[in-house]
Amino acid sequence: MSEIIVDLKSVSKVYDETVALDGINLYIRKNEFVTLLGPSGCGKTTTLRLIGGFEQPTEGKILFEGKDISTLPPYKRRVNTVFQRYALFSHLDVFENIAFGLRIKKLSEKVIQEKVGKMLEQVNLTGFEKRDVNSLSGGQQQRVAIARALVNEPEVLLLDEPLAALDLKLRREMQHELKSMQKQLGITFVFVTHDQEEALSMSDTVVVMKDGRIQQIGTPVDIYNEPTNSFVADFIGESNIVDGIMRKDFLVDFGGSSFDCVDKGFGADEPVDVVIRPEDLVLIPAENAKLTGTVSSVTFLGVHYEMLVEADDGISWLVHSTLMEPVGTRVGLGLEPMDIHIMRKVSAG
Amino acid sequence: MKRSSLFPYVIWMTLFIVVPMFLVLYYAFTVPTDTGATWSLENFHRFFEPIYLRVLGRSLRLAVISTVICFVIGYPAAMVMAGNAFSRKNVILLLFVVPMWMNFLLRTYAWLTLLERNGVINVLLTSLRLPRLNILYTESAVVLGMVYNFLPFMVLPIYSVLSKIDKGVIEAAGDLGANSFRVFTKVVFPLSLPGVVSGVTMVFMPALTTFVISRLLGGGQFTLIGNLIEQQFLVVGDWGFGSAISVVMIVLILLSMAIMSFFEGEEKSVALW
Amino acid sequence: MVRFLKRSYIYLVFAFLYMPIAVLMVYSFNDSRSRGVWGGFTLRWYVELFQDRTIMSSLYSTMFIGVTSAIIATIIGTLAAIGIHNSRGIQKRLIMNITYLPVLNPEIVTAISLMILFVFANVRLGYLTLLLAHITFNIPYVILSVLPKLRQLNKHLYEAALDLGSTPVQALWKVIIPEIMPGIITGLLLAFTLSIDDFVISFFTTGSGVSTLSITIYSMARRGINPKINALSTIMFTFVLLLLIVVNVRQAREEKKGRNGRHGSKKQIRSFDAKFGDA
Repeated sequence: MSEIIVDLKSVSKVYDETVALDGINLYIRKNEFVTLLGPSGCGKTTTLRLIGGFEQPTEGKILFEGKDISTLPPYKRRVNTVFQRYALFSHLDVFENIAFGLRIKKLSEKVIQEKVGKMLEQVNLTGFEKRDVNSLSGGQQQRVAIARALVNEPEVLLLDEPLAALDLKLRREMQHELKSMQKQLGITFVFVTHDQEEALSMSDTVVVMKDGRIQQIGTPVDIYNEPTNSFVADFIGESNIVDGIMRKDFLVDFGGSSFDCVDKGFGADEPVDVVIRPEDLVLIPAENAKLTGTVSSVTFLGVHYEMLVEADDGISWLVHSTLMEPVGTRVGLGLEPMDIHIMRKVSAG
Repeated sequence: MKRSSLFPYVIWMTLFIVVPMFLVLYYAFTVPTDTGATWSLENFHRFFEPIYLRVLGRSLRLAVISTVICFVIGYPAAMVMAGNAFSRKNVILLLFVVPMWMNFLLRTYAWLTLLERNGVINVLLTSLRLPRLNILYTESAVVLGMVYNFLPFMVLPIYSVLSKIDKGVIEAAGDLGANSFRVFTKVVFPLSLPGVVSGVTMVFMPALTTFVISRLLGGGQFTLIGNLIEQQFLVVGDWGFGSAISVVMIVLILLSMAIMSFFEGEEKSVALW
Repeated sequence: MVRFLKRSYIYLVFAFLYMPIAVLMVYSFNDSRSRGVWGGFTLRWYVELFQDRTIMSSLYSTMFIGVTSAIIATIIGTLAAIGIHNSRGIQKRLIMNITYLPVLNPEIVTAISLMILFVFANVRLGYLTLLLAHITFNIPYVILSVLPKLRQLNKHLYEAALDLGSTPVQALWKVIIPEIMPGIITGLLLAFTLSIDDFVISFFTTGSGVSTLSITIYSMARRGINPKINALSTIMFTFVLLLLIVVNVRQAREEKKGRNGRHGSKKQIRSFDAKFGDA
């Protein structure tokens, strides 16, 4: 594995009374595309700002290539940022925005022309040099912001919800572009978003956060298939989360029946969260099923149907299926042991 | 770094705003003695002598009259300007504002030419065989001068509030069955109240405290509270009494602003902007 | 019909506003000292105006005080606005309230309080005290012109500059100041206008020998009518009118150029508003 470039060691950040980050540990490898994912207020932006140098940790250390940079100001870090809503300099044109960092470094005019020209080409903005940044579209402003950061050849590029202001179609395009840019340049990207789809489709590693703590770190596939707790399961994709009781290893009670499962290591009769993805539930005849209920709504979503099945014990199951049963039909729900994910109850806070 | 940019300002304001205000208070609440000064309310007692109360009464009366006249003339003007009677609203607004850029003293002085015994108005009246108008150096001239100088202060805040009222609100009121009179009394006027409040404040305050208009157009016979202060400082040299009158005036203004903001409800407490 | 009535009403108000100025201007060319009588066309009063050393020297003082106080107030006020923008809580509220004080206080109170200070501190009344007084009443207007611009800024702009390698000082000069330049210019012009227009505060804070245009006009007008003042009014009004036309044409042109050009006309009205806050 390639070497670690950024390393956060038990980092906490407290503003006045509120704890924004609560002792997180996180390392980022060179050339990795890392996404910090979570709902607003989870600490993902704070983490990014700590790496960027706009905030300093209340506790803990931030290492960059092994050296402590916790108190180093932003202008001395080899890290650049693409800000939310871009923060372009409206008194400068496109060229001068991108050249800003190079001019601060007092590079020669020739070098600046060359680097900015190359960068403009890279982000497809050749010919826009003299344009007023306010006259650009959202997508174009986005590209200027990325170019302005990348032209400084940072070791790490930080992106703070850079796509949030774009419409859906443009966002998809930019996701692809960012991903391919990252591969091509071989720069480490740390990307902040609250959009789980974006996180899953772009990243090498996803860091799921909540309330200033890291919930899970893993590849997109791991995070989706093996969520460590019901929060992650719920946040990543849609899930049915119901209360259950772990009878013993490989046996769990929920929905009025006992089911075989693949999890172990819980206490006997320990209350747990049972997580089942809606696409893992299949419609079967009611008489063969442990879980039964009545279809209460059907929505066609293009690729599949989304159905709600009201079970007799009051649980309503979300089911995704390419087949459809009309509202009012009594159905059974079938599932495989490996599709049952058992999770410890998340303690409050 | 950015916070330290406050230092020059804080020092400046302490020196030239805060300290002077305390000096005014100090002079208002002390009387000089052989050895220095002693705390006393004597300056305020003096102010409540009938001769000075009459000055206060006159100042308040003229200020109220001017404010009412400005409102009566100004509100309809603001309404017309905010409406669609003119296609080039910006030009009309600019034309309205241009006279204000003329020096305040010149504007007041201009009325001398018009109102003089042999001035333009009287020459006109005589040639039409009408009786002469001799209002220069009377209260009427002072009120006229106030209205002339302060009318735009009434019109502009009202205009800016009226022009921001969502046309949809007015249409909705009409749609709900209100006739145009009721649309005005129930919707437009209540919505324009913040503008009226700042307009009234912006006319009443300078009208109450002016000493130039009363001196030039009243010919010095009409002592207003502003003139009284001026005399104490520049003629009589009684700083204590002058400061006390200033304190009374500030209290009056704070009081009227409090009343105003009460009328304005919860909008903004400092509503001059 | 209603439209006609409405328009007539506005024209009537305009007549009221412009008539005194128009009469003043016409009579500045009148070759007769008496008001009512037209004695023929003359430029005599203009000649006398320019030969009047009192008026000329007060014109010079007005310009000098206006330019100097506007520049100093703009520097202090802009820095203050940046500081205020970045402070929070009680500190911010306290400073804002002190800032509003000279704006809300009757001019005469500001005037006498400064006069007391200068006499108390044994500073001789004259050029220096005038300048100090003008800077003092100008600073709040600069702050109030610059603050809205700061509020409109993307809050990450300063950080973006740091991120790209600027030190805090560089970020201020290369990014923040240029971004709020329109507000600074508005503040500067406003300060200059307020300064040359001021009478009350100058009247109390000046000493013998130093007189601004407003003070000279006041002492002349107190003695009655003087045709030289008419000539002066005509020149000043024409000057102001030309200035306003130039500013507006320039802004109209910029509006056509830029996409967010609306700011121009709004800014214009705002500065008018601010001027009214003072009279």
